Amino acid sequence: MSDIAKDTGGARVKRGLAEMLKGGVIMDVTSVDQAKIAEEAGAVAVMALERVPADIRAEGGVVRMADPERVAGIIDAVSIPVMAKCRIGHFVEAQVLQSMGVDYIDESEVLTPADEANHVNKWDFTVPFVCGATNLGEALRRLGEGAAMIRSKGVAGTGNVVEAVRHMRSILSSIRRLASMEPEELMAAAKELRAPYDLVREIAETGRFPVVLFTAGGIATPADAALMMQLGADGVFVGSGIFKSGDPVARARAIVEATTYFNDADIIAKVSHGLGEAMVGINVDDIPDSERLAKRGW
Amino acid sequence: MKVGVLGLQGDVREHLGALETAGASPMIVKRPEEMQSIDALVLPGGESTTIGKLLDRFGLLGPLTERVARGMPVYGTCAGMILLAARIEGRDEAPHRIAALDVTVVRNGYGRQVDSFEADVDVKGFDSPFRAVFIRAPLVEDAGPGVEVLSEVDGRPVLVREGRILASSFHPEMTGDARIHEMFLSMLDGG
Repeated sequence: MSDIAKDTGGARVKRGLAEMLKGGVIMDVTSVDQAKIAEEAGAVAVMALERVPADIRAEGGVVRMADPERVAGIIDAVSIPVMAKCRIGHFVEAQVLQSMGVDYIDESEVLTPADEANHVNKWDFTVPFVCGATNLGEALRRLGEGAAMIRSKGVAGTGNVVEAVRHMRSILSSIRRLASMEPEELMAAAKELRAPYDLVREIAETGRFPVVLFTAGGIATPADAALMMQLGADGVFVGSGIFKSGDPVARARAIVEATTYFNDADIIAKVSHGLGEAMVGINVDDIPDSERLAKRGW
Repeated sequence: MKVGVLGLQGDVREHLGALETAGASPMIVKRPEEMQSIDALVLPGGESTTIGKLLDRFGLLGPLTERVARGMPVYGTCAGMILLAARIEGRDEAPHRIAALDVTVVRNGYGRQVDSFEADVDVKGFDSPFRAVFIRAPLVEDAGPGVEVLSEVDGRPVLVREGRILASSFHPEMTGDARIHEMFLSMLDGG
């Protein structure tokens, strides 16, 4: 029996883990204590990083992959999957995270990009990747490079959901548009989207995005999470929104529950009581162009 | 006959699709009253920690445990198998469980995501192998005498049945092959 052939690292296995995370909340954590709070609240996974986006905005400087020792500590501390961020194009950070046994890598615009033209060739890896996107073309370019899951970029570290809404609506309305096109229109559509033709054709035929599509960037309240789910997200990343709020334990749990029962306003109302202060928001218009993280990634 | 899929979290959509392919008209179950209105239930893949906590918090664990004890057919895949297992070993626990299936399970027993794999497995009663997808899958350490082992990998059970409880450490809902869902539906007719 031991000679059974096991295929690791295939597309179905990589995309499959994301399927298992659907309907769940993935929380940014910077320490073992935060990871345990997230797991106890019901997070489906944690994202290990050096600083949450709100602190990155406040402190500036070059932001890199988290210290491997910290990532290892978090892997040891929780039973749920552990994700970690690498810089755009920094394939060695990705190699390191894979060798440490991280379950998913987020090639993230929240960190300082390492390559201004190219993303990591994600096909080279056994570990799956999630990438951010602001529109369908960008999402499909990332899939073309081997990403197995996509999230909206939103505007990380602000507690402002407006850009996440914009990105999710943009991606989903482009899918609906492709689904209504004649076959002969698809090459022009691929050109306009700057996206691989085969993926454009696949979406036109199925009417569906081919991998799991989460939302991220600015989700701060249970109602924000439910809004994104009702708009069509498969699940929610919450970054600064939890551990920059007044009562992370209560808020983390409430966001999980609102994500599960996103269609039930009675439950969302109930879980939203008594959460203390939400993180202080930043108006997107007040952010200078050079600090717009969503513009990173190509 | 109403077949439900527990819809708190996980690959609910894939199970709905597989059950439809197998000839059922499944419904999503998220509330205690829905738990009472079904004749059989699928516990999908997902994060067992999360699903267990939500079952507990929203008053579903008690009614579900009771219905399984009274003989409602139930099929758990991956996280669902963990929720059904009587015993959990190893460092990762799973406190909120139905605990009705006489097996000992090690969570993430096949390793982390980089070790997740696909394999062709032989299933008792099938005339061709079944493509099985294992994702951070639970490992069945041992199975009691009343548990029928329907498939194995490396000498470990991966598909088991005890009475009207069916459980697999892999995900048949991901491959488009509905034979295991058909097997489950046949259990509703007393099969």
